[in-house]
Amino acid sequence: MCTGRVDLAFVFRSFYNGMDGVYIGGCRLDECKYITQGNYHALNMVLLSKKIMEHIGLNPERLRIEFMSSAEGSRFAETVNDFIKKVSAIGPFGKSEGLDENGLKSKLNEIGSLLPYIKIVTRDKLSLRLKEPEEWNKLFTKDEINKLFSEVISYYIDPEKCQACMTCAKRCPVEAIISAKNQVHVIEQEKCIKCGTCFEVCPTKFSAVTKISGEPVPPPIPEEKRTIIRKGKEKSI
Amino acid sequence: MEYCPVKYPDPFNQDISKNKAIHIYFAQAIPLITYIDESCLYLKEKKCRICEAVCEKDAIDFTQTPERVDIKVGAIILAPGFESFDPKVGNKYGYGKMANVVTSMDYERLLSSTGPFEGEIRRASDLKHPRKVAWIQCVGSRQVIPGGKSYCSAVCCTYTQKQVILTKDHDAEAECAIFHNDVRSYGKDFERFYQRTEKLRGIRFIRSYVTIVKEVPETKNIILKYTTPDEGTKEEEFDMVVLSVGLNPPADAHELANQFGIELSPHGFCQTNPFDPMETTRRGIFVSGAFHGPMDIPESVFTANGASSQCGELLGYRRGKLTTERIYPPERDVSQEEPRVGVFVCHCGANIGRVVDVPSAVEYSLSLPYVVHAQEQLFSCSTESTNQIMDVIKEKGLNRVVVAACTPKTHEPTFRYSLREGGINQYFFDMANIREHCSWVHSKEKEKATQKSKDIIRMSLARACHLEPLQDFDLPVDKAALVVGGGVAGMTCALSIANQGHEVHLVEKERDLGGIARKIHHTLEGMDVQAYLRDLIKKVYQHPQVHVYTEATITEVTGYVGNFVTWVTSERGVTEIKHGAAVIAIGAEVHQPAEYLYGEDDRIMTHLELEERLAKGDEKVINAGSLVMIQCVGCRNEERNYCSRICCGESIKNALKLKELNPGMDIYILFRDMRTYGYSEDHYREAAGKEVKFIRYEPQDKPQVEAGESEEGQPVLKVTVTDDILGSKVEIDADFVALAAATIPTAGSKEISKLFKVPLGADGFFQEAHVKLRPVEFGTDGIYLCGIAHYPKHLSEAISQAYGAAGRALTLLSHDTVIASGSICEVDEKKCMGCGACVEACTYGAIELYETRQGKKAKMNPILCKGDGLCNTKCPTGAIQLKHYEDEQLIAQIDAAIGDG
Repeated sequence: MCTGRVDLAFVFRSFYNGMDGVYIGGCRLDECKYITQGNYHALNMVLLSKKIMEHIGLNPERLRIEFMSSAEGSRFAETVNDFIKKVSAIGPFGKSEGLDENGLKSKLNEIGSLLPYIKIVTRDKLSLRLKEPEEWNKLFTKDEINKLFSEVISYYIDPEKCQACMTCAKRCPVEAIISAKNQVHVIEQEKCIKCGTCFEVCPTKFSAVTKISGEPVPPPIPEEKRTIIRKGKEKSI
Repeated sequence: MEYCPVKYPDPFNQDISKNKAIHIYFAQAIPLITYIDESCLYLKEKKCRICEAVCEKDAIDFTQTPERVDIKVGAIILAPGFESFDPKVGNKYGYGKMANVVTSMDYERLLSSTGPFEGEIRRASDLKHPRKVAWIQCVGSRQVIPGGKSYCSAVCCTYTQKQVILTKDHDAEAECAIFHNDVRSYGKDFERFYQRTEKLRGIRFIRSYVTIVKEVPETKNIILKYTTPDEGTKEEEFDMVVLSVGLNPPADAHELANQFGIELSPHGFCQTNPFDPMETTRRGIFVSGAFHGPMDIPESVFTANGASSQCGELLGYRRGKLTTERIYPPERDVSQEEPRVGVFVCHCGANIGRVVDVPSAVEYSLSLPYVVHAQEQLFSCSTESTNQIMDVIKEKGLNRVVVAACTPKTHEPTFRYSLREGGINQYFFDMANIREHCSWVHSKEKEKATQKSKDIIRMSLARACHLEPLQDFDLPVDKAALVVGGGVAGMTCALSIANQGHEVHLVEKERDLGGIARKIHHTLEGMDVQAYLRDLIKKVYQHPQVHVYTEATITEVTGYVGNFVTWVTSERGVTEIKHGAAVIAIGAEVHQPAEYLYGEDDRIMTHLELEERLAKGDEKVINAGSLVMIQCVGCRNEERNYCSRICCGESIKNALKLKELNPGMDIYILFRDMRTYGYSEDHYREAAGKEVKFIRYEPQDKPQVEAGESEEGQPVLKVTVTDDILGSKVEIDADFVALAAATIPTAGSKEISKLFKVPLGADGFFQEAHVKLRPVEFGTDGIYLCGIAHYPKHLSEAISQAYGAAGRALTLLSHDTVIASGSICEVDEKKCMGCGACVEACTYGAIELYETRQGKKAKMNPILCKGDGLCNTKCPTGAIQLKHYEDEQLIAQIDAAIGDG
């Protein structure tokens, strides 16, 4: 397992649990024993996480990544001691930032559910190899993160257009689409990870799935109104 | 150990701290067991026997006597190592008299966390931390005085730099001075290491002879006297002086030589042949490590692997005859069971137990969910304890095991065996490291260390409950090998593999075999390289199992360890080669200088061209009046930040040859540091004795070469250089100039690196799996490395490494199957959205997208997966999971971290 295996989800889960700080130790950059160089990916993940933390009012110093070799025991001790000192100085999680516990939890929860979407949007940047520390802070800008959250994408199935072909439901990776034969399909927004698969696969002749950016999603059509009455069939009866 | 009344100086800690008569050799000793040595009161005076009385297991037996065991063997490897120089000899350095003069070996122990002061650097006189430390280089080496050794010990320059860096790590304010002659940073990455040391604040490298003046009686500080060009002779006070002692032959070398009937070299190390560096003067007896002569760790590993390959050549036909296969009981299906976890908490002797409250950790474990058994063990890794784990698994029907002990890096395999013996899947196991993470680092905070141990056990348990059974899988091994590069390294490696009964395909890009050795005529020791090469090429062509492909290019490489397929286009046409292992031995090239008028005037040549002209008997060169050699041309600079290692020896070799042919010739060598490490130092001294003139220059003030005329009106090359010692410009009229041009990676390195998916280092040479410990193999399984493709090296070093690569390849090829870990990635196709993020992330090409009726889906090739798990973090849906490190398992561990506060 490589440092690159440290998932955004692990970091935010730790904070959700109320941890005061998260420290990630990785190999020295450019000294990968393999050809993975996953520590660069871990670095980018940390840079992104820090910006997200700032976005919700958390002190980004609560998260740190350090690169060192197994021969640098004293450096490890030094950086860990320093980190603990800094995190202790910052104070208890959330409270010292003046954030209300429940509010913070719900924010972290929201971030947790948006992680798949964040991964999709930031995919290219998360794979970069930034050699110069000067570049690190510039990788993600504040505006970019604000935009990320203000223009969150949602997908919605237009009940007028849906022909209940089941294609999107079959392809949805997280089974977030309620579907049945002759029943207008509905996306369960709580389960949806905003991957856009339904949007891609909805047959163009229907184009029932719409992409909504930064706007609330219309409420789902009530269950009793979902049955499709097909005109063609009516005639034939 | 607690009860033993004998306390005496501990030789492992250089007699600085005390140990007991009954003790563990050192914290990481293997086997990690206690033993009684000669200082025991009972053994000496028939008194005491306290330990016998207190040992609950009756493990102490004073009746044991030495036993003679006769073993019949077909080959012998001698690896007795070296002895460090004893500076008491000659009485020059005050060692043993002045408390604060220590050897580098003493200092090494002071720096170590298992050392006499638990990693704190303290002076013997007052136990204070020294603030100002001096190192004296070449103690016992490069000295032609009684007691000293004339050779260079090869490792001291760099180990001193390491000690300086560690000293600064301990105390950022420390002032360090290194009194040195040449700084010999000739090893891979050593030049960078040297620069890193030099750049630290408060570090001075002082090129000067130095003497110890006296010890200050009040402070016990040491006064040193030295000379610099700027300040003249001066005295300076230091808190501590470290003597960088050299490497001597083992004390019992003569006895050993008599016993085994082998000869020693004039320096007292083992006598070997540069063309067959691991063989002693007696057939069937090989040598490995520093018994060869001074060498660093990587070279030592080359010879170890190489000696094993040579034993294999002798004994390959008997391989595996003494091994017995381990048979495990069938695995119990526990999929329908609730977790039933056993927790075993290890004392590790006193290593854990004296800090962490082990009984309390056991009690705590029993209070955790799913734990049905918890107990303490003195050494969980001992055979008795592992058997106990196996028995408990059976008796209590455990389906998960947590061992709270040390790092999984060393002992995880041991405990996995216990699980298999106990009849459950070996992956139902997790280790909680309460030694490195608790007792060692928090030795002074016992309660906190105990609390942290409990936290770690709880986290480990949480993960263990989510673990799933996995199967390692066997991959068949194709018995053939591919060797890329037909130079000396490639050919030697190919022959060694073939001599052990394997087909070898040897691929060479040129028309002829031989590589860069074709341009070398003799070695520094005077051996005839061309005769050796002709013989080697003949052996290669005559060997029925070596298939040579010349004028070859490799167009494609697919497959994985044990099962590679490589396409080669050569004079034989296109060939598809199936092979289990590959060795990269593609050599290197000589830099073509763009300075010192090279290429503009044929009186200026590289050192290799000079050798060529000498070998051809070029009268003009041989009869010349004067010749200047310039060292470090094209390396040790910004563009190539490394030392080419071999050029100093090469120039000395050519200078000596010229002096032999024309003793009257004036020869100048303009150098930065003469890096004639090891025995080459003797040749350097010989050259100086024959009046070869050595002039040091600084990189910012390089020599100038211009065409001009001598006073007599003859055309000459005017070479101007600033003499470091005189501090003034010197103008030399030279008939010829030879440039010690850098060794550079071959043009084909990048291509080969891509084809075989193996990395290149910062300087463009191939990057081995571990610079010290795995210098002949890559991180990618089944691919090995030797020769100057790895880094510039002398012929005999390349030969050692070639045998080494063969030895490593044989450990693979001699098996019918290799075991691949079950901990690899798997795709849940339903969850896969076909975005391809994982495909992009995988540097091993283990994942592909393919079309299904449900759109594109990712597909794993489990054999190529290295288990880094990078793809997992890229996957938006969690469809791809690294088994044994799945999201669910890790999240459970993270959640358990918070515990009950």
